[in-house]
Amino acid sequence: MCGIVGLFLKDKALEPQLGALLSDMLITMTDRGPDSAGIAIYGGAANGDAKITVQSANPEQDFAGLQDKIEDASGGTAKVEIKSTHAVITLATDKLDAVRAALSTIAPTLRVMGAGESVEIYKEVGLPKDVVNRFGVRAMGGTHGIGHTRMATESAVTTLGAHPFSTGADQCLVHNGSLSNHNNLRRELKKRGLRFETENDSEVAAAYLTAEMDTGKDLGQALEGALDDLDGFFTFVVGTKSGFGVVRDPIACKPAVMAETDQYVAFGSEYRALVNLPGIETARVWEPEPATVYFWDHEKAAA
Amino acid sequence: MPVFDLSVTPLREFNQALHDIKDGANDTAFEVVNPRGHHSVAVGIDAPVSVEVKGSVGYYCAGMNDGGTVTVHGSAGPGVAENMMSGTVVIEGDASQYAGATGRGGLLVIKGNAASRCGISMKGIDIVVHGSIGHMSAFMAQSGNLVVLGDAGDALGDSLYEARLFVRGSVKSLGADCIEKEMRPEHIEALGALLEKAGVSDAKPEDFKRYGSARTLYTFNIDNADAY
Amino acid sequence: MSYHNPPTPPRKSATFDDATMAEIRRAAATGIYDIRGGGTKRKVPHFDDLLFLGASISRYPLEGYRERCDTSVTLGTRFARKPIKLKIPVTIAGMSFGALSGNAKEALGRGATLSGTSTTTGDGGMTDEERGHSQTLVYQYLPSRYGMNPRDLRRADAIEVVVGQGAKPGGGGMLLGQKISPRVAKMRNLPEGIDQRSACRHPDWTGPDDLEIKINELREITDWEKPIYVKVGGARPYYDTALAVKAGADVVVLDGMQGGTAATQDVFIENVGMPTLACIRPAVQALQDLGMHRKVQLIISGGIRSGADVAKALALGADAVAIGTAALVAIGDNDPRWEEEYRKLGTTAGAYDDWHEGRDPAGITTQDPELASRLDPVIAGRRLANYLKVMTLEAQTIARACGKNHLHNLEPEDLCALTIEASAMAQVPLAGTSWVPGKGGF
Repeated sequence: MCGIVGLFLKDKALEPQLGALLSDMLITMTDRGPDSAGIAIYGGAANGDAKITVQSANPEQDFAGLQDKIEDASGGTAKVEIKSTHAVITLATDKLDAVRAALSTIAPTLRVMGAGESVEIYKEVGLPKDVVNRFGVRAMGGTHGIGHTRMATESAVTTLGAHPFSTGADQCLVHNGSLSNHNNLRRELKKRGLRFETENDSEVAAAYLTAEMDTGKDLGQALEGALDDLDGFFTFVVGTKSGFGVVRDPIACKPAVMAETDQYVAFGSEYRALVNLPGIETARVWEPEPATVYFWDHEKAAA
Repeated sequence: MPVFDLSVTPLREFNQALHDIKDGANDTAFEVVNPRGHHSVAVGIDAPVSVEVKGSVGYYCAGMNDGGTVTVHGSAGPGVAENMMSGTVVIEGDASQYAGATGRGGLLVIKGNAASRCGISMKGIDIVVHGSIGHMSAFMAQSGNLVVLGDAGDALGDSLYEARLFVRGSVKSLGADCIEKEMRPEHIEALGALLEKAGVSDAKPEDFKRYGSARTLYTFNIDNADAY
Repeated sequence: MSYHNPPTPPRKSATFDDATMAEIRRAAATGIYDIRGGGTKRKVPHFDDLLFLGASISRYPLEGYRERCDTSVTLGTRFARKPIKLKIPVTIAGMSFGALSGNAKEALGRGATLSGTSTTTGDGGMTDEERGHSQTLVYQYLPSRYGMNPRDLRRADAIEVVVGQGAKPGGGGMLLGQKISPRVAKMRNLPEGIDQRSACRHPDWTGPDDLEIKINELREITDWEKPIYVKVGGARPYYDTALAVKAGADVVVLDGMQGGTAATQDVFIENVGMPTLACIRPAVQALQDLGMHRKVQLIISGGIRSGADVAKALALGADAVAIGTAALVAIGDNDPRWEEEYRKLGTTAGAYDDWHEGRDPAGITTQDPELASRLDPVIAGRRLANYLKVMTLEAQTIARACGKNHLHNLEPEDLCALTIEASAMAQVPLAGTSWVPGKGGF
């Protein structure tokens, strides 16, 4: 039960403004989700580098000496950039899996928010404006991003329970609605080897997409599968390294508005989230159809 | 004309001003600027006032309107003119889902498109949509007229009662118990009058098809159980 | 003397008992599920399984009738400019004109007004008789929006957004055509005599984030005067209470599975939802976790019958209760004086539940003018007032015995449980122990 915003930039000139635009959109959705807020920003990937976003309840203690520990564990160089309760670890892509695995022993109190070549994920309990400020989201640039404000329904109001959920490299998902078969699905996905951090229904949706994409499906195909395998009410916005997707359940009660111009594709739970975007007055504005997958991809667009 | 700028004036003050109008008052024209998707703009009007909204509004604009004329120079969020009793609401842009939900009277004109569930559970309202409407429109619609110059989405008129649906374009699919019906002279006459009232000059009533209830769900019959 | 083996006596199956087999035959003959009125008929843990401890040496009782034991309650103190003040914490639950006759609705209004409490409209709108005879009237805002209009919204004293009810949490409804009389049809904008179908979700919002916007609209329409209640069926009381509070409710109404309905599938009434007793503590916990206990008021309903039930609900943390079925019984529902006619309908006084058929001999759940005229609204209203008076005196008797000068000062610690089930659900110790299942103790 929540507010969702998303922005996929087509015009490179807007990339430096991504964080600022998304921040305004997110704050407008405060009423829909005052419990926690989160944002996934894609971009800034240098060739051969990868990033891990981690979160700590005791950042001063946990982040001190973190760089050395990682470099010791991986045998390579790493950079740790601290942003409030979060830190972004930049390292060589070929060290990513090893460091992710090592984190549970060298820094067991850290929680991994997301990892990949391009994504950074920031989320915390509290009002969207405070979350945006503590992480300096306004100053961030990027190619696309997704934000979420949460009104918790059945699972706990915690950092890990905030959206976006990331269950695979460069993947993230945000959700508005309420799934009705997530407990059974979680059990099935656990058997398939997926790990869960929360009891949140939305995390199950994220893990489902990850598991489906691991079988070789692209995001669009995985979302088609979600329409059959997920029960309940949902509007999902999902991100991948280069792509941005939207799907609503077949009943499609939860609100969703999209806008497209030559410069961007934007998503908002309500139109008012979009009113500050450049050129919104002349944008094509529509509501996504039920049970219909919408998908944009920088790589496919370039091809 | 009083102008309310919602970027500086609380919505409460504007709605209260609408509710405080005394019978026979002269100053009954209002303008709203910077609505910026605000919810519940101009709700609960119960006097013949006119409101011009310069921009787009959020949920439930002109909700329960009884006698006012509200024009939105922009788009409207979910549930515009929900449960309208009388009066006129005009949306120059698009309308989100639930437009005119449970409306009892008056006229709702949407110059752009309407999303899903347009006219859901309508109970006497007239709705004229210049563009197209989304899925599940006129679900359980009880009475009134829904006129669509464009196309209709899936499951039009599902579980329909006595509302009359007129669509000029295509209908993606009809809902349970909704069927196409003959356009008889009285329907052409009534539709013509409604189009005129809504200021539509570029559509002829003869170009529309009429849809209504097959009335098979009116009394429970086990052989129709799948349709409930 | 001859000896022979006695015959094996006939033995009926506990699984396939007479009622079960009769229902299978009925289903096979008609092809439609059984529809009936009322709440669950199965035995569930209830207030009967709790007892008050009373005062002794460690606690001092109050003198009956002399020393003050207040019963008043104020509802809607969170946001509403005009909260509702009631003399007693027993309100009349929502029941529609349509399901009930006009006379029955008038009687409920008269009885409630004599007692200083509120009554509630239902899924069919507000009638002038009802408004006229109800000093404090709560107007229900339901998925069907039958009879919903801004004039009545403004002349209501509070608005109750109905998300669900205990008899059928998550259910819509179908009222058979017999009760859609000309007046009922007109109020509901329906053709006469057809089956009325009701949706299970509201037509213009879904979920708590939308509900917040809807509540705000209702407040704007009514200039923030009216308390806004949110009514839910007892299914997931912790989350539903928390979300109603987050969405901005002034009052949460929580209806357990013993709560009645005018007409719903028997399978729904008997198999969906939780007993009232099991709903209260999770709801109170949600309010306490949000720091809103006693700030957002909690009304409990579903099977409240006596002042003891009232006192127990309040002790567990409710601010007030609502009665529906008990109020109908007080004004004459299922009265043995109509036994001959109940027999003709194939039932007996005390078991009549075909409220949807409109043939109620007591003239309450009907739109038949001749039957409805059997109920004198003045006399019936007096009977309801008498009953409410008795409930209040009973609740005060118990509260004074526990040393309380206000019913709201009753606490869970004033109770013990007779059964392990009730102990677990009400989270009060099993009598004679300090043990609560799942919580430790001895």
